[in-house]
Amino acid sequence: MDTAFFYFFALLVLGGAILTITRRSAIHSAICLIISLIGVAGLYLLQKAEFLFAVQIILYIGGIMVLFLFVIMLVNLDEQAKERQFNGQWWVALACVAVVGAQVFYFLRKGASAFQLAKPVEAVTGVVRGNTEMIADALFSEYLLPFEIASVLLLVAVVGSVVMAKKRI
Amino acid sequence: MAPVTTIHYLVLSAALLLIGTIGVLTRRNIVIILMSIELILNAVNINLIAFSQHLQNMGGQIFTIFVITDAVAEAAVGLGILIALFRNKETVQADEIDLLKW
Repeated sequence: MDTAFFYFFALLVLGGAILTITRRSAIHSAICLIISLIGVAGLYLLQKAEFLFAVQIILYIGGIMVLFLFVIMLVNLDEQAKERQFNGQWWVALACVAVVGAQVFYFLRKGASAFQLAKPVEAVTGVVRGNTEMIADALFSEYLLPFEIASVLLLVAVVGSVVMAKKRI
Repeated sequence: MAPVTTIHYLVLSAALLLIGTIGVLTRRNIVIILMSIELILNAVNINLIAFSQHLQNMGGQIFTIFVITDAVAEAAVGLGILIALFRNKETVQADEIDLLKW
């Protein structure tokens, strides 16, 4: 059952991503990106990261994508949609595809032994703690300083975006 | 069907990263370039979550939260720059903004 769900969500992710970078209209791209992000949220759920599933839905799809759609509506993109959509850098992109494709081909030839991952750790049984509880524990003890720095980063981003979008400072 | 392993997630993440990179490199519309950057960040997140589950270590999920925070900051500032750019140059095509190009 998990396998079927994985392939379903992978299809959503990759299909949405490919449509995102090929659509002519920016609105259509944004809608396809939302589909892709929903697929990523499903993958989080499959990997038992329930808190991040909620964060992905609320913050990415509810926050960032609405911001994108808002800006797309704000700047008039109708004329740009009629123009050429791709620049002449397809050969750089082709080089990227070739490098990653060569890696994937190599791994497929060598099979599972090509990956030298650490042995998977068994999930703890017995006293089961919630995912949110464990994240909170780690975030507010071990990762407290990065957490505070992230809040400063968000403050800088707020001030910066206001300064950028303002007509006169 | 064969059970899904961490390697499946790694391959999916690599594919998503590749699609995002192609989008950044080939598209002309700045809005879609920013969306491709979101795709790249999501590929990183899938990777982190896969290893978090693989090693039963919370660090991956914490880092995913930080990556999402960065994505929010990047989107807000990027779209602010885009609005300022559109007000001054009346275009959102990346290759038409070539004032510094030699």
